[in-house]
Amino acid sequence: MSLLEIHGLTQYFGGLCALSDFNIRFEGGELMGLIGPNGAGKTTVFNLVSGFYKPTKGKIIFKGKNIAGLKPHQVTALGIARTFQNIRLWHEMTVLDNIRISQHYNLGYSLFDSILRTRRYRENEKRILDTAMDILEALDLKKYIHEKPKNLPYGMQRKVEIARALSIKPNLLLLDEPAAGLNSADVKDLIRLIKWIHEEFKITIWMIEHQMTVVMTLCSWLKVIDFGATIAEGTPEEIQNNPQVIKAYLGDETI
Amino acid sequence: MGVIAGTSQRISMRRFTVPLTLLLLFGLLVGLSYYELIDLYTQSVLMFMGINIIYSSSLNLVNGYMGEFSCGHAGFMAVGAYVASVLSVLLFAQDRVFGPPLLSPEYAILGFPLILVVAFIIAALAGLLVAIPSFKTRGDYLAIITIAANYIIITTIINLDSIGGARGFMGMKNTIFAMEDVVFLPWMIIWVFIFTVLSIWMIRRFVSSTLGKGIVAIHQDEVAAEIMSVNTNKMKLIAFMISSGLAGVAGALFAHVLGYVNPSSFGILKSTEALVMVYLGGMGSLSGSVLSAIAFTLLLELLRPLQIIKWIVVPLLLIILMQFRPEGIMGNKELSDIFPGLRKLYKFK
Repeated sequence: MSLLEIHGLTQYFGGLCALSDFNIRFEGGELMGLIGPNGAGKTTVFNLVSGFYKPTKGKIIFKGKNIAGLKPHQVTALGIARTFQNIRLWHEMTVLDNIRISQHYNLGYSLFDSILRTRRYRENEKRILDTAMDILEALDLKKYIHEKPKNLPYGMQRKVEIARALSIKPNLLLLDEPAAGLNSADVKDLIRLIKWIHEEFKITIWMIEHQMTVVMTLCSWLKVIDFGATIAEGTPEEIQNNPQVIKAYLGDETI
Repeated sequence: MGVIAGTSQRISMRRFTVPLTLLLLFGLLVGLSYYELIDLYTQSVLMFMGINIIYSSSLNLVNGYMGEFSCGHAGFMAVGAYVASVLSVLLFAQDRVFGPPLLSPEYAILGFPLILVVAFIIAALAGLLVAIPSFKTRGDYLAIITIAANYIIITTIINLDSIGGARGFMGMKNTIFAMEDVVFLPWMIIWVFIFTVLSIWMIRRFVSSTLGKGIVAIHQDEVAAEIMSVNTNKMKLIAFMISSGLAGVAGALFAHVLGYVNPSSFGILKSTEALVMVYLGGMGSLSGSVLSAIAFTLLLELLRPLQIIKWIVVPLLLIILMQFRPEGIMGNKELSDIFPGLRKLYKFK
């Protein structure tokens, strides 16, 4: 059984076709890229997969279950985590709380346990804390646990956001332009980090990215969309030399 | 070895600081009232302080922690006040409309806390009136819905002639007399104190748990909360229901302290009082809500000689506050953040 299969995914916003007949298949363990010019519909794909939109047409089958139309928190609980193009951390809370709250899918206790502070509450809070500390330790973020994300440098915020996504122990990690807004040194760190996560946690990663250095070094397979339609797919080398892709990115005259 | 023993001793001591302080305060209040060392007026001011503490801290859950703008909190107070009053008269008091009491007045002491629990539950259910719209609506639009809910509740009560309609409802004092007949103690002081402590205890435990922090996550970024597996609808339901339920408890105590309720005392003005207390104390600060409820109750009493003019002075204070300290007295900090020394006395969270 493949991890994720998307069949004929189509999304209309009013009369505008944001995505048409999108297909992809993940066997598990890949690191794939989704690229395309601005407004091509890349983030729409992610929003559909993570449950923000209910697709007009098509199926999203994750671990054998059609998840199209589920709410985002339900999709996340099934094992799909994502990050955002513009970092969306809870900026007024500590880094530790940012990670801990992401365990909501697996709290293991009820409202009454939280008020009565039962044994079940204490045991699960301990487990949640341990999970959070493990992930922060693994990503070398332990020194920031009591900092608020807004006080951290941008590259570090990105790393915290990735840590937060990893804390739900996902099978599939969606990264929406992880390199956006990073300087070249941070981009190098990020490439190393993603590569390390991919190997260490053995998870499938699907990323949207504009910076060619990032996708070219990381991804084994790329899919290119433009105006909602798939225009090419293949290995980074094939994509680099694909005339249609060059046309979509650079326009006609420059060739 | 000595150091370790010393630390563990201090930690075990810390656990008892707050219960001991509360017990001392409780004994002092009950004792002073019992031996009439504080007069009835002071007693009633103290009780209103407790009621206002419940009332403001419960609103803080929604307006401060969750970042919604609910301005119909008095509606839920009214629900609690009427539910408790009707139950109390029905069960324990001789009444013209409801006839003789259903239960022997001897059970009043046991029955009263149960009445408060019922008031909590019914008011929490009334909270659905705003909780369900909050799934799809936020901000200004939800604020309008909360005002509408306030009006719906008040108008419903005015039109229910069996519970007095616009004339109001009374007879709850008989329940208190029934309690005093069994054991002569200042019962209302006792109940207000216990339920104020219980409310604060409940809110504090809720908001410091990972579950409760989910509502703060909704405040700061709802999209991120939803994507990071927080069931935002469920969290909103919980927050609104606890908040309105506790407002109901405040209402129930309010009705019994006064011995008389009237729908017009739970209008928008009363809701505004809750808002003033929350913003005065600081959004998302429980100790702020408690302090501001105490300060606000005292302020209203001090300004009583000004009569209606106090409603010029109080809003003016609010304007000045918003100009010079918009985050309120405490901001979103707790007492323990401002005076870290307190942590030595008590383990917060």
